[in-house]
Amino acid sequence: MIKLRVNGVAQRFNGDPQTPLLWYLRDALGLTGTKYGCGVGLCGACTVHQNGNAIRACITPVANLDGADITTIEGLGKDGIHVVQKAWMEHDVPQCGYCQPGQIMSAAALLASNSKPSDDDIDRSMSGNICRCGTYQRIRTAIKAAAEELA
Amino acid sequence: MNRVENVSRRSLLKGFAGMGGLVLGMQITPESLMSATAKSGSHASSRFKPNIWLALQKNGDLTIVTHRSEMGTGCRTSLPMIVADEMEADWKRVAIEQAIGDEKYGSQNTDGSRSVRNFYQTMRVAGASARQMLEAAAAKRWGVSAEECTAKNHFIVHESGKKLGFGELAEIAADLPIPPQEKLTFKEKKDWRYVGTAMPMTDLEDIVTGKAKFGLDVELEGMKYASIERCPVVGGKVISFDPTDALTVTGVDEVVEIPAAKPPFRYQALGGVAVIGSSTWAVLQGREKLRIKWDRGENVIYNSDTYRTQLEATAGKPGVVVREEGDVDKVFASDAKTHEAAYYTPHLAHAAMEPLAATARAKEDTCELWAPTQNPQAARDEAANALGLDKKKVICNVTLLGGGFGRKSKPDYCAEAAILSRKLGNLPVRVVWTREDDMRHGYYHACAALNLKAAVDENGSPTAWRQRTVFPTIGWIFGDTSNRGSAGELGQGFSDLAFSVPNLRVEVGKTKTHVRVGWLRSVANIYHAFAVHSFADELAHLAGRDPLEYMLELIGKERHVDMSKVEYPNYDQPLEIYPIDTGRLAKTLTLAATKIGWGRKLPKGRGLGLAVHRSFLTYVASAVEVEVTKAGKLTIPRIEMAVDCGLYVNRDRVISQMEGAAVFGTGLAMMGEITAREGAIVEGNFMDHLIPRINEAPIQTNVHIIENSAPPAGVGEPGVPPVPPALTNAIFAATGKRVRELPLSKVDLGWS
Repeated sequence: MIKLRVNGVAQRFNGDPQTPLLWYLRDALGLTGTKYGCGVGLCGACTVHQNGNAIRACITPVANLDGADITTIEGLGKDGIHVVQKAWMEHDVPQCGYCQPGQIMSAAALLASNSKPSDDDIDRSMSGNICRCGTYQRIRTAIKAAAEELA
Repeated sequence: MNRVENVSRRSLLKGFAGMGGLVLGMQITPESLMSATAKSGSHASSRFKPNIWLALQKNGDLTIVTHRSEMGTGCRTSLPMIVADEMEADWKRVAIEQAIGDEKYGSQNTDGSRSVRNFYQTMRVAGASARQMLEAAAAKRWGVSAEECTAKNHFIVHESGKKLGFGELAEIAADLPIPPQEKLTFKEKKDWRYVGTAMPMTDLEDIVTGKAKFGLDVELEGMKYASIERCPVVGGKVISFDPTDALTVTGVDEVVEIPAAKPPFRYQALGGVAVIGSSTWAVLQGREKLRIKWDRGENVIYNSDTYRTQLEATAGKPGVVVREEGDVDKVFASDAKTHEAAYYTPHLAHAAMEPLAATARAKEDTCELWAPTQNPQAARDEAANALGLDKKKVICNVTLLGGGFGRKSKPDYCAEAAILSRKLGNLPVRVVWTREDDMRHGYYHACAALNLKAAVDENGSPTAWRQRTVFPTIGWIFGDTSNRGSAGELGQGFSDLAFSVPNLRVEVGKTKTHVRVGWLRSVANIYHAFAVHSFADELAHLAGRDPLEYMLELIGKERHVDMSKVEYPNYDQPLEIYPIDTGRLAKTLTLAATKIGWGRKLPKGRGLGLAVHRSFLTYVASAVEVEVTKAGKLTIPRIEMAVDCGLYVNRDRVISQMEGAAVFGTGLAMMGEITAREGAIVEGNFMDHLIPRINEAPIQTNVHIIENSAPPAGVGEPGVPPVPPALTNAIFAATGKRVRELPLSKVDLGWS
């Protein structure tokens, strides 16, 4: 039995403890905002927060999460739209949109620890998230806009 | 032509039944498909049926149907914008409904950059008809002449100042006849409300909050999950398999075989062994424990390195002539100075961020699909074929697509879901492709070898130009055994060369195909543009001339290129309406060059490069600035993209498509490569098939739209082709290193 919280809700997991968090979130909890892209932690589409830090849900076994506090894209804006989501909308960042929940979770984690990220900081924190549509320029702009909003 | 009829009382459209009010349908002419596919008769959509585009409710809520697939271009927003604009509807009152696959909509195959191009007028007619009927309804209600009534932002306003909301007029309008085509009037450009503006995508908030539903997010009651082991080589089949170990995994229910596809492969399910279970994780685990003996079939002979050697040898020899002007051989036989260069570009994978997925629920004599498909009619047809059903018995629902780039036009994955649902006794099932499945069982962008030769005069200007291309044709998957590129593929940046050269010959060589080759964002334009615009830059430098001035001379005087002697589909549009306009080419190139600050003196290691290319009837020029360290590390500080796509609908989505094309184009040039070894694709995930990341992408891309009243063209693809040659031309300017093969990751760019 593994106990964890997901978006503030207590959950108990009884399945194969090696199940990646990604498939537990998606298949068992129906939280499909967290996306599958590669399964090996290379694309960032599955990014969620564990105790506020960005992690890749596709390579994180539920076994490692006893007592963890997980936030997914669905729980990011605790009081409506999170400032990062708002910036994403104001700058019309998404194209297909599939990678964007992961991008937003990475960006939110970055801004939580670094309120004024430089371009290099953004490169370091966001280079784990692939966008095949090529929205990187707007991602960078939106992160800076969100940082200003938070300042 | 579009013929509209009022079908309010027929309630044909799912979701509109019983709503009351005004429903408009129309008969449209489906466009022919890209020659590369249509030639082989893959899915001719030649039937004409009435169709429904909008529904206005009594409360004023307006639903607009969009029949094209949203994969990031924004067409799910831009097509309804056209309807709403022409109708004078309030965008805030519009809800968008995604159509199922049905030929009554015309082509739904969302590729070829043609959603706006081919449906602008259809949507406009739909909106104008509705507007005029609402004006007529108000006139009837008020007992005045319709000429005195004007639609304005969801109201009909009488010249006296009184007004009625659209919704209040819906019932009256529903009983009125559809205005005949010749009586329709369209809004003047100055009155356009949405077309040409920057409109947020309709799904924007759902996307950023994680609510948007993609193919992998479809959940059905009692649904099973499936993961399929397919033969590593196209055309191979299962000899035997042992499911014992797989069945020991908790959550795995069954292991079933899907019969192998037989050539021509088209969009058939490839076949293989499927593990079925109650969760994604269970079936992935089970699949690893499968033991399968394969007969790998005849395509095991396919190796990318030896194939490249063959392609290059073929490109070095005369091929089939597809365009000839003057006599290049005579010039080459003279003592004119000549230059010859060979180029090579590899296979590429689409690698959309959402791997393929499809969900199906078969019943005894029906089947329903939910899929992220660019091509719902083909998905429906393929599922129907696989199950032996009439296609009318198959429904294909279209989810959002997590990227497509052409791969999701080919519904082999949808057929798999249908087959498995049937095999499981009609249980609903979702087929999940892993990233490795997606990478290794694709329809790859063709690799290509090209050979270009020119003779030049004393100014270095070409007096003769011969270009040869060889690539495995897309036609093979549809049964084309000619082993040579089709007119459609050749017409993508090769037979349509727009340069003014007195003696010209365009040739294509023959080669066999051993993997499924398919169209990928901008298709054959990628390798053709790379070679042609690299060669132009080479000739400019050999002549000691400025490449911009040289390229403008090559483009020549303003004219429409004469294609009368060439088999040239022109993206299935008439040349009279969409000519090859060298004036637009020159203007686009000049704009991009101006914006990058062409002519600036830069230190060694920094350089500018240019290319301009017409594809999908749109003109795009890229001006690229690079920095290359002595050790050969490349960065791209800036790209200027100039685009002339004629009339456009959503300004911001034009810009975003060009921004994305800059990343896609530089990415494929820098790192894109798929290789085959003994018929199997080597690359499997993002560690060996690289996609540019934020720290590798161009730092700044600026987009400049040329305002033009030309008919709409398209923007999903044409941003890509000029980017790779502009990049490698910039690398030459920076380093003196001429790049003739991609990707750059295999080329040493170091200099001293």
